[in-house]
Amino acid sequence: MPIWLLNTLEVSINGLMTGVLYSLVALGFVLIFKSSGVFNYAQGVMALFAAQSLVGIQTGQVPFAHLINAITGLHVSRFGFDVPSILAIILTTLVMVVFAWVVVRVIMVRLVNQEPIILFMATIGLAYFMEGFGDLMWGAELKSLDVGLPSGGSFWIEDVTAQWAREGETYWGMYVDTLDIWATVIAVFLVAGLTIFAQYTKAGTAMRAVADDHQAALSVGISLNRIWIMVWSIAGFVALVAGIMWGAKSGVQFSLSLIALKALPVLMLGGFTSIPGAIVGGLIIGMGEKLFEFAIGAPFLGGATENWFAYVLALLFLVFRPQGLFGDKIIERV
Amino acid sequence: MKLKTLVLAACTTAIVAGSASADLVFPLLDYRTGPYASGGIPFADGYADYLTLLQERDGGIGGEPIRQIPCETGYNTERGVECYESTKGEGALVYQPLSTGITYQLIPKVTADDIPMHTMGYGRTSASNGEVFSHVFNYPANYWDAASGIVNYLLEETGGDLEGKTIALVYHDSSFGAEPIRTLQALGEEHGFTVSLKAVSPPGNEQRSTWLEVRRERPDYVIMWGWGVQNSVAIQEAANIRFPMNNFYGVWWSGSENDVIPAGAGADGYRSVTFHGVGDDYPVYDDIQAHVVDAGLAAGAGDQIGTVLYNRGMYAAMLAAEAVKTAQEIHGVADITPAMMRDGMEALVIDEAKMEALGLPGFGPEFSVSCADHGGPGSSAMAEWDADTQTWSLISDFADPDKDVIGRLVMEDSLAYAAENNIPETRCE
Repeated sequence: MPIWLLNTLEVSINGLMTGVLYSLVALGFVLIFKSSGVFNYAQGVMALFAAQSLVGIQTGQVPFAHLINAITGLHVSRFGFDVPSILAIILTTLVMVVFAWVVVRVIMVRLVNQEPIILFMATIGLAYFMEGFGDLMWGAELKSLDVGLPSGGSFWIEDVTAQWAREGETYWGMYVDTLDIWATVIAVFLVAGLTIFAQYTKAGTAMRAVADDHQAALSVGISLNRIWIMVWSIAGFVALVAGIMWGAKSGVQFSLSLIALKALPVLMLGGFTSIPGAIVGGLIIGMGEKLFEFAIGAPFLGGATENWFAYVLALLFLVFRPQGLFGDKIIERV
Repeated sequence: MKLKTLVLAACTTAIVAGSASADLVFPLLDYRTGPYASGGIPFADGYADYLTLLQERDGGIGGEPIRQIPCETGYNTERGVECYESTKGEGALVYQPLSTGITYQLIPKVTADDIPMHTMGYGRTSASNGEVFSHVFNYPANYWDAASGIVNYLLEETGGDLEGKTIALVYHDSSFGAEPIRTLQALGEEHGFTVSLKAVSPPGNEQRSTWLEVRRERPDYVIMWGWGVQNSVAIQEAANIRFPMNNFYGVWWSGSENDVIPAGAGADGYRSVTFHGVGDDYPVYDDIQAHVVDAGLAAGAGDQIGTVLYNRGMYAAMLAAEAVKTAQEIHGVADITPAMMRDGMEALVIDEAKMEALGLPGFGPEFSVSCADHGGPGSSAMAEWDADTQTWSLISDFADPDKDVIGRLVMEDSLAYAAENNIPETRCE
């Protein structure tokens, strides 16, 4: 194969895998929007909070240590033991369930039947609150996250693909990050699990009923509270998975919450109400932005075009298909 | 009753204000929140802890008590300007905004208000020309010194031969990140190397395209000009593509523990230019531990001592305190004004005897500031990260940058600014 084709293939594969990571963030938005009509601005901060909690639990950090020390004059910081990764993930999931319960009981229940913009504003408030709360609970300094997932370029893929170049041409082999492969596998299991849960369980059916029509669901005895707590908990778990994948790359710090910005074009493209839409949207955005940067952005426009191109692509889709690729078409009858 | 309460409150305020105005006021434009908090926290801790040390151990500076006024900027330029406006009336002696964006906004303001600003290793590089920028100081080194320092180190490593080599600059796509481009290109023309530019979209969580490009092009060296999450992601990506870490160099804002620890063992051997010492093996830290941390007066948790950015914040506070002492000597009063502080900064002399007396032997280069030169010597050393021991160590001595190239660029930029703003260049005659 000619080098340019191999390079294009490499960029496309890496773009698709980055797209999977975008999809993980977008999934959380979709779950909550689908079930309650709320665009959850706090989804990115939930990923940050989940990752902070995971590292905090893993490393035996005392929650609110700064606050405790400031009030009592003590110097506590750690319990003195580490928690195994699996147990830490389970405990963090429980933290996210408690978080979901508090959000639904304190915010959502009180805002039932309010305009969507009010609910959206409430999630903005929630995001800012969570930013400060997370820092207060676990500290704002950078933390390393390691749950044992391998990372770095795959030697095997490099060696195999190095043979694909034409004879006499220098080619280093194709680069694929093993962490991205893991992220893809985990995302596949996550989506499969969510689909099975939604289609084949009683709770999942109730969740879909609430998503279709709140009032009809209420009239047949489905508890809106319970379903919302469940959905926010699942979104919290998805945020944890996204937080692990992104946190493993960059460490856990405030910027982790900004990954939500990468999910917006994915949602615009895939639709706010479709789980497959979040996946396909992520893949299109991921591959599209990487290919654009490779072919046009870096050689002709000075580079750093990825964020810009993702939104341009999403806007183009909006012009021709406002509900996104897989979103529900909104028909208002007068 | 109401009137009595009001009168009492007014008198109390007057007394408090009266006593406050006699203090040496240091506004702390910190960022302990937001996307760059992980860098802002240790710097802020170092700056505040050193001032607290002087207050607790020495009773202030020259017998005059110190008052710190923290103001959270979140690394946001608008909030930084608000912090400036809300604190300048308190008798603020010097501003240290730790943000190039805020610095650019404050340059005309501090000049008009006659308050000095110290932008150590950041801000507007050409502000080192004191003829034009009367109230801005960026000693002991600036961005262009950093670029030249890295190139000089590479020249030394390669026996002075960079002819035909390629240096990739992976930079934050902002005015901060673009700072070294002209300098590197000018040095490239002089030494025969090519500069390949790789912009990274801020904040830099995702850099796969950039590093695939680096992997394809195989540059001889990579220089990083980043801040915040960009640094740790870049070092991780470089380790992933197995780019040799000892050919990867960062500006001093890309060389803290925050940047290398997330990459684990992969970051071993990564290098960063620095304008001050590393580690906590300096006597001043024993004093900080005893008088500040153990006394429960530390600005943070007391766990940042000896980290790169804590050291930098502490160094900035030390230079501010030494300028206060110089101003007190010049004017013969302990309770100095911001204008006197500016005089002190302009006459500052830092020598090894002074550094040793302060408990910081060999921590930074010797230098002196003058009316025309607000930038200092621009000396820098190279630090290398050891992932096993989780420590930085200096692998070179402090050396001067290429003053011919940098001096020319500084003059070009500062004179253009002077022409735009009708500033006469005769202040120091």
